[in-house]
Amino acid sequence: MQNLKIKQAIFKAGKGMWNMVPMLIGIVFLIGLANSLIPKSAYSKVFTGSIFDPLIGSILGSILAGSPITSYIIGGEFLAQGVSLIAITAFIVAWVTVGVITLPAEIMMLGKRFSIARNAISFVFAIIVAIITVGVLNLL
Amino acid sequence: MIKLKEVRKSWYFTIVVAIIYLIVWVIDSGKALESLQATLNIFIKILPIFVFVFLLLTFTNYFITPKKLAGWLNKKHGWLIAIITGIISTGPIYMWYPMLQDLQKQGVRNGLIATFLYNRAIKPAHLPLIILYFGLAFTIVLTIVMAILSVVQGWLVEKIVK
Repeated sequence: MQNLKIKQAIFKAGKGMWNMVPMLIGIVFLIGLANSLIPKSAYSKVFTGSIFDPLIGSILGSILAGSPITSYIIGGEFLAQGVSLIAITAFIVAWVTVGVITLPAEIMMLGKRFSIARNAISFVFAIIVAIITVGVLNLL
Repeated sequence: MIKLKEVRKSWYFTIVVAIIYLIVWVIDSGKALESLQATLNIFIKILPIFVFVFLLLTFTNYFITPKKLAGWLNKKHGWLIAIITGIISTGPIYMWYPMLQDLQKQGVRNGLIATFLYNRAIKPAHLPLIILYFGLAFTIVLTIVMAILSVVQGWLVEKIVK
């Protein structure tokens, strides 16, 4: 019984990881491509270095989907490219808390009012979380 | 010959990326090689974490089941339980929708469900990767801020949905 439970836990973990693999491979290859093809200055065109950067990060994070791990990798690459930490934080928080792609499924299961309210608040909160997190970090 | 129908949809994106690589290779093989090298470096960087994530997922799968979660949420200190269970729950978010729908029908507050969903953003198994990219201090502060604001979010959702 115990062995079966362990096997099931391993299988579920393996399945979860395996489901993530195709998207992760594609994303990493795409980042590798972007690293050598897109000049660093191109990112600064999306992230302008202005007060709108967290908003841009939150919008990007809301639209893009996939494993949170992917968002950390992209966020890490953004950081290396010189994008502000507030914008990146908003990006990774929105990635995991706002689900534009999964919204229809969420509406179907949990209701329209609940799903729209939750996602809209999560979108705004991504920016707030980013500002507070970086603000606290600056104080430390 | 493999038919397109047999290829899992999740691989479509990777196939498109492979085609882009082929095009780049034809145009400038040097740039394609440079891209492959950059990709390899990223894979080397994330591989140990991938193994670690697998081990942690196995660990959490062993101890937490959706049935257990339903029982915990209906008890006292629902907010705290929503935060903790949200953090330790695993798998894609849509896997939890049917169970959350059941909880909604059983009278579990919408705010608790929203808090649970928000805390799914904090995954212990992912923390090493965040630390690797953004540092320990950032990871700790972000985790705490998100956990606190998840309650505010839950409260707000509850007020709006009422």
